[in-house]
Amino acid sequence: MSAISPSELTTPGLGSGLRDIKQSSFLLKLLVRKELKVRYRGSVLGLLWSYVKPGVQFVVFYVALGVFLGLERSPRNPDGLANYAVYLFSGIVLINFFSEALGNAARSIVNNGNLIKKIYLPRELFPVASVWVSAVHFFPQLVVLVAGCVIAGWKPNFVQLLAAVAGFLIVGLLATGLGLLFGAANVYFRDSENLVDMLLMVATWASPVMYAWTMVHEKLGPGWFAIYQANPITIGVELFHYAFWFPTTDGSAAMPPDLFSLWLPVGLAVALAVVTLGQFTFRRLEGRFAQEL
Amino acid sequence: MVNAIEVSDISKQFVLRHTRSIKEAVVWLVKGRKGDLSEKFHALKNVTVEIKTGETVALLGLNGSGKSTLLKHISGVMLPDTGSVKTRGRVAGLIEVGAGFHPDLSGRDNVFLNGAILGMTEQQVKDRFDDIVEFSEIGQFIDTEVKFYSSGMYLRLAFSVAVHTDPEVFLIDEILAVGDEPFQRKCIDKIQELARDGKTLVVVSHDLDLVSRICERGILLEHGNVKFDGSIHEAVALLRS
Ligand SMILES: Nc1ncnc2c1ncn2[C@@H]1O[C@H](COP(=O)(O)OP(=O)(O)OP(=O)(O)O)[C@@H](O)[C@H]1O
Ligand SMILES: [Mg+2]
Repeated sequence: MSAISPSELTTPGLGSGLRDIKQSSFLLKLLVRKELKVRYRGSVLGLLWSYVKPGVQFVVFYVALGVFLGLERSPRNPDGLANYAVYLFSGIVLINFFSEALGNAARSIVNNGNLIKKIYLPRELFPVASVWVSAVHFFPQLVVLVAGCVIAGWKPNFVQLLAAVAGFLIVGLLATGLGLLFGAANVYFRDSENLVDMLLMVATWASPVMYAWTMVHEKLGPGWFAIYQANPITIGVELFHYAFWFPTTDGSAAMPPDLFSLWLPVGLAVALAVVTLGQFTFRRLEGRFAQEL
Repeated sequence: MVNAIEVSDISKQFVLRHTRSIKEAVVWLVKGRKGDLSEKFHALKNVTVEIKTGETVALLGLNGSGKSTLLKHISGVMLPDTGSVKTRGRVAGLIEVGAGFHPDLSGRDNVFLNGAILGMTEQQVKDRFDDIVEFSEIGQFIDTEVKFYSSGMYLRLAFSVAVHTDPEVFLIDEILAVGDEPFQRKCIDKIQELARDGKTLVVVSHDLDLVSRICERGILLEHGNVKFDGSIHEAVALLRS
């Protein structure tokens, strides 16, 4: 919280939104640490679960989609995707990050209701802390992904690494914005939790995680495809493909047109707009949090 | 002396019956917003209170008269429907024992967490950590998870963190009841020391003898209205009558 000079009168309870987070970075750090400690309390594997869960998920998807449904390229299936395993996993880790971040952020205000009811503090901290915690969980998955890429002959250039950072940033911002929005709405209507769960299910399939963007392009035509493509998660996933999967292939696969010149800025702009909207809604609603919780 | 707290003509309404589903809200909207979505009542009504820096004030009243609600407005947890609240300097509220304590964390972790929640910086918590533990007399239990603490131990640690945040305005709601006799005396000594140092205190308690000892001024609330504001002895006498 900001240092208030003792000489002036101030109105308590009026924060300045996400800007308060900077002054409360110590508290944010402790909230993240608390969350991590509490989550793995009493579990033998601890943080190792962050490797095991996506690992199993990956094997299931790979076998079901890559082998059974024939998305993996093989001598008998020349139209499939080369290195489908890397393709799949680079999308999955990003979607996992998004799902965990948004799912927890949307519940964070209600879950911390006891505190919010009794002590004033910048409440934006809770959704933001949720996104941070998910970023911490994302890291081990990234390590596994990079290991897989290296085995598959990954040689990225600088731009491709930058694409990964941009993809992560876009999805992180989107999760923060939606987390603020649904976290605040959840105080008034607990239905919004369920809405988020549904949204997350759709999100996995509404971006080219399991399949290739070209399949969508063929079916939708350019107009609808542009709408599909404007989804920041789609852009994030494609950027991840470009960073992790593309450098492991022979480079003949087609990347979505204008990915850098058009869609990256669009994704960033949409994500920032969502953050602004989330912040605005959050501030409109937070005045009554204490009495509604 | 300047004012530390200025509560000007605030009112606060709460709903008696909550509507929590989208369905009911939609029906209400479709019917042209007829009637109120929910019944309301005044928890605070036209309350005006000015408290000078260094004053020690007791908020008195029967259950449900609005004392905690008023404290929450002063701490900023709640915002008034009408009127305004202003405070000078840092306000620390001990609204309930160990709000902000996480049961699964150790006493040590909770000191840091709660200190940060109450607005301390990392350096401040580190510097004062030993004092906090010493004052609480928790000793070797500091690395035990607080869910295994007795309610008195909980209170000791929570109170200890709160007094060490060094606020200008200190709000205390019903917390001293759980401690044992020696610790209660220690808390009261500490509170009186804070008062001597010129800190502003607002205390809510049903222990009328205790508040008569630590406070000079008493404000009596009744159904959200200020019924009396004056010396603590008159306020206590009025409440007892
Ligand atoms: N969030 C809320 N929503 C609806 N009503 C509330 C809410 N908070 C408090 N109330 C109501 O407001 C009134 C005043 O409550 P408050 O907690 O301020 O009483 P109090 O004076 O502190 O009582 P006590 O001595 O029992 O602690 C009560 O009738 C209570 O039911
Ligand atoms: Mg009360």
